[in-house]
Amino acid sequence: MGMTSPSQRVLRATSNGVLLLVLVAFALPLVWLLLASVDTSATLSVKWPEAFTLDNFTTVLTPELAFVPLANSLVISLGCALLTVAAAVLAAYPLSRYRMRINKPFLYGVLFGTCLPVTAMMVPVYSLFVWLNLIDSVPGTILFLAASSLPMAIYMAKNFMDSVPVTLEEAAWVDGASMLKTLTTIVIPLMRPGLAVVFIFVFIGAWGNFFVPFVLLLSPDRQPAAVTIFSFFGQYGSVAYGQLAAFSLLYSLPVLALYVLVSRSLGGASALAGAVKG
Amino acid sequence: MTTTIPSPAVPGAPVQGGRPPRTRGPGLTARRSATRALPLLPAVVLLGVFLLGPVIWSFYGSFTDASLTGAAAQGASFVGFDNYVELFADPDFPKSVLLTLVFLVASAIVGQNVLGLGLALLMRSANRVVRALVGTFVVTAWVLPEIVASFAAYAFFNDTGTLNSILGLVGIDGPNWLFTLPMLSVILANVWRGTAFSMLVYSAALHDVPQEITESAEVDGARGWQRLAFITLPMIRRSITTNLMLTTLQTLSVFTLIFVMTGGGPGTESSTLPILAYQEAFQFSQLGFGTAIATILLVVGALFSFVYIRALRPEVD
Repeated sequence: MGMTSPSQRVLRATSNGVLLLVLVAFALPLVWLLLASVDTSATLSVKWPEAFTLDNFTTVLTPELAFVPLANSLVISLGCALLTVAAAVLAAYPLSRYRMRINKPFLYGVLFGTCLPVTAMMVPVYSLFVWLNLIDSVPGTILFLAASSLPMAIYMAKNFMDSVPVTLEEAAWVDGASMLKTLTTIVIPLMRPGLAVVFIFVFIGAWGNFFVPFVLLLSPDRQPAAVTIFSFFGQYGSVAYGQLAAFSLLYSLPVLALYVLVSRSLGGASALAGAVKG
Repeated sequence: MTTTIPSPAVPGAPVQGGRPPRTRGPGLTARRSATRALPLLPAVVLLGVFLLGPVIWSFYGSFTDASLTGAAAQGASFVGFDNYVELFADPDFPKSVLLTLVFLVASAIVGQNVLGLGLALLMRSANRVVRALVGTFVVTAWVLPEIVASFAAYAFFNDTGTLNSILGLVGIDGPNWLFTLPMLSVILANVWRGTAFSMLVYSAALHDVPQEITESAEVDGARGWQRLAFITLPMIRRSITTNLMLTTLQTLSVFTLIFVMTGGGPGTESSTLPILAYQEAFQFSQLGFGTAIATILLVVGALFSFVYIRALRPEVD
């Protein structure tokens, strides 16, 4: 586009102007988070800190405030992602490789599951968990998070598996390898990048989830960071905005890093659209 | 396109049904299909107990008098449609339905979709640096964990927050947004939080529109808005439908944003249905009430999903 007509230049200038306004509106709440985290006298409004300091970070980096909740988040998210990926890969294999009568109803059911408004049904989930005696149970919470991310994970895993050529497996079958052996020694190594995407996607979802652990986990020492940030706000929120912002940033960092990693490896952020919010 | 949409079989990809069929008795075939379906088992158990289970429990619970405390907490008994009858008689419920509709239309259907499409269009004619910056901040608001995004939005709209300090700079004494205009605040916050999704979907869709078509329309003398209305939009109509469905479903289950910003308040002035279900069940100990609301939401969500899946059907088969 070496030659630009005047109308194109006007268009470009208008686009830039409008976008800059949108940029400011979208950035301000995020800029507050950044500036407040390095300001010990932070308020709720964006303001330039009188002195840049990491005091807020050192204050919250204690076992009780940060490490235990973050470790809980890690246990819950890792457990959920491992369980989901394992179940999704196993389910994707017959769906991708065999023409079975249950494929279609199963895939429709799974697609339906991806649309289920999970937050809308936390009340019945709570009473079901009371009945199953799983309230305040970390494994119980992991199982529920895994089940709610499974429909999307099965879809992604099946699509990735469909693009792995079947010829290598046929050779293994001829040699008499079992289904499980074929899956673990041939298919899974070939679709490792795809599985990493599914894993990270489920991990991000579980790490960021607030409502599910908020309803299902009651003991403070079992709650993940998402829930303790909320309690911290209730207890010290009206005074310690800087600490709240610092802790929020620490907690957000893994998600942002993983998102960048996945969107780079997929060659564009759009590949994750529809995924993260599940 | 998005990962939510199952892609059709890739040409040259493996044909399904790897093993050539061999002749054998009916018993063997049945056993073979059972073995082949075996890996589905873990997924079926997980989905059955923890996803289908609560759905069934929700329908069942909405017909009992279960409550969190008191005598009824032990053995809940069947009360028929009592929960629903009381629910419809409670003035909070119709109000909450209305608030949910306002929230859906204003923040998802209008806000996120129009702004998302607008951003996607503007970014095509913008400077590369501006494009990258806008993309980064819009997407960051969406990728951030929901509790963090909710606090950022809370601080922005608070009486002493960023919005009012900026209005103060130009001499406007801003209102206490979260108390006097709670719905407007949560709607704007949800647009801020969710526009990235629509922007990414529409950017991908616009990318697939062949440039020759718009160029030839330009040669024929079509103005900018005409090219948009008669060429670009009809060509991406499938993405528009899909995106409208998905953003509506996502917005229907927004809880944390409203819970942190206003808690449904003041009173029930911003209690959308997910918030009302939570309040009834956990704050007013009316588990049956909360379950009835959850059941209604599940039915509404199912209807939307049904329409959405029908639209996608050719890609599943």
